[in-house]
Amino acid sequence: MARTLFEKIWDRHVVTHGSGGDALLYVDRHYLHEGSFHAFNALAGAGRGVRKPAQCFAFDDHYVPTAGRERGSAGVADEEARGLIENIARNTARHGIRHFHIDDPRQGIIHVAAPELGLTLPGFVINCGDSHTSTHGAVGALAFGIGASQVKQVLATQCIWQKKPRTMRISIDGALGAGVSAKDVILAIIARIGIGGAQGHVIEYAGSTIRALGMEARMTICNMSIEAGARAGMIAPDDTTYAFLAGRHFAPSAAAWEAALGYWRSLPSDSDARFDREVGLDAAALEPMVTWGTNPEEGAAVTAVVPDPASVADPLRRERMQSSLAYMGLTPGMAIDAIAVDRVFIGSCTNGRLDDLRAAAAVAKGRTAVVPAMVSPGSRGVKLAAEAEGLDRVFRDAGFEWRDAGCSMCVGINGDQVGSGERCASTSNRNFEGRQGKGARTHLMGPAMAAAAAVTGRITDVRRL
Amino acid sequence: MEPFTTLSAVAAPIDIVNCDTDRIIPARFLRKPRASGYDRWLFHDMRFDASGNERPEFVLNQPAYRGARILVAAPNYGCGSSREQAVYVMYDYGIRSVIAPSFGDIHYGNALQNGFLPIVLSEEQCGRLREQLHAAPGASISIDLAAQTVTGPDGARYRFDIDPAAKERLLKGLDDVGLVLQHIERIEGFEERYLAEQPWVAV
Repeated sequence: MARTLFEKIWDRHVVTHGSGGDALLYVDRHYLHEGSFHAFNALAGAGRGVRKPAQCFAFDDHYVPTAGRERGSAGVADEEARGLIENIARNTARHGIRHFHIDDPRQGIIHVAAPELGLTLPGFVINCGDSHTSTHGAVGALAFGIGASQVKQVLATQCIWQKKPRTMRISIDGALGAGVSAKDVILAIIARIGIGGAQGHVIEYAGSTIRALGMEARMTICNMSIEAGARAGMIAPDDTTYAFLAGRHFAPSAAAWEAALGYWRSLPSDSDARFDREVGLDAAALEPMVTWGTNPEEGAAVTAVVPDPASVADPLRRERMQSSLAYMGLTPGMAIDAIAVDRVFIGSCTNGRLDDLRAAAAVAKGRTAVVPAMVSPGSRGVKLAAEAEGLDRVFRDAGFEWRDAGCSMCVGINGDQVGSGERCASTSNRNFEGRQGKGARTHLMGPAMAAAAAVTGRITDVRRL
Repeated sequence: MEPFTTLSAVAAPIDIVNCDTDRIIPARFLRKPRASGYDRWLFHDMRFDASGNERPEFVLNQPAYRGARILVAAPNYGCGSSREQAVYVMYDYGIRSVIAPSFGDIHYGNALQNGFLPIVLSEEQCGRLREQLHAAPGASISIDLAAQTVTGPDGARYRFDIDPAAKERLLKGLDDVGLVLQHIERIEGFEERYLAEQPWVAV
């Protein structure tokens, strides 16, 4: 029977079924971070150990500062954050788990660093206590975020109970216009299907537009699958994927590479495979996107105006839009490119990769930031590569701050925050109320658009700059 | 895990569509140890003002809804981050069930792991329940997990669906790790074959 990419990976990992029809899935990779302490505490409380430590990998990302990193964890001024950073070091040492700690040159945001190290491979089932685990689906893996109880479960068993999700294929065809990036593709998808639009589904992104994208752009798209409510997002592996993986530290080599490649080539969805839902998008019609509200579906083209809640029939949804606009300090009918910003953040697991920094630097080059702008590379590997190309110099010359790697201002729990009432043009993934700091106002957009906002002080169509 | 069987308690309406987990617990509290008690961070920035005083307009600060053990919410409750702390805050406050037209998938799964029952009823049914709770503050709702029913303040009874395995675990308060390890021989057998076929998994 014809099967989808998702079904092939799912079937390959079913250990057994439970009485209620749930599948017990085998987990190839389990990624951990400082926030995993709840799970480690629960594990210790239950008197259990880690069953397969060699398949677990930990990274310091959520709580690490992006400045003053030369002093390692001793340099973390925030005592509670330092405690969590020391705690994951203790837990991983105790259980024999490899850990890329705060001063390791391979440290970075899990969803940037793990693919970079070749840990994330096609055909894998990957879990992490973080909703943006969907990123890893870009190589053709089934990767999904889980909560602390399931992190404990995977630590203790290397398996996870799952109810089989439904499948959705989103096909994007045609060429993207100049100045339109992967971030615009995913923001347009979310605006179209809604923040709950893919609930209960695993999305496969397909079509000529996706095939033409590089691995980093594919990761940006899969990263925000959760922002459409999807369980996971994935893209069939192809020669772009294999070229990206070849030679990476933890990727197979020599005979093992050839064997793996043979298996990986069998993974793409069969041509006659059926999906529970199909959505199609025309790439040529897409424009740079910007969110105006307080969740990722509340976005529009930069050329549009802030929508009017009066046009929404359902009272509950109208009220929600009114409260979003009140929080954001915006009025209906206002041109999106007339919105002035107070600061700019470039980074995160969505847009902290080398191609993202290149796109932002191309805009920043020869210009000057007129509002505070911060660049946090997604990993130290990205940081080194960017510095080797002189991107740090471009950003510094344009008045941008060049920081170290971590989740940083996307979630604000390392101290990099947007102040109350401040408006931030951000390349991150969530514009929820208070996400970047209490009272912070977030406008999500791609890296070139964020750099354009930095040099003009307002939301700007990068195509017209 | 504490079993969930039946519950009759005061219910509070949460009228926010797409109520994300950043609202349920802002990220700055995620670092706190569980033993510290999470109840004070529930809906923190909607519940308290900048000086830490209660906002009187927020539903759980109104005397009739104080101490509610059930929430009736709007579509896509608990979307966003995987933080299980979004369940801890409700649980430590005393809430044991949320009734909503739909949930964020990860949040739904996290709830089930904590003796907490997420119930899906239709948008129309949830709307009717929220209206009744607004009309009669402090009204109660009854939930019977074995029978899979919710009884509204007006006595109307609604049936809900739940995965049979999840229901069994909640009714008995079973721990998932134990349920996995019942299959340890199968896991070991699977693993031996799987790792032999794909030696690149173990690095």
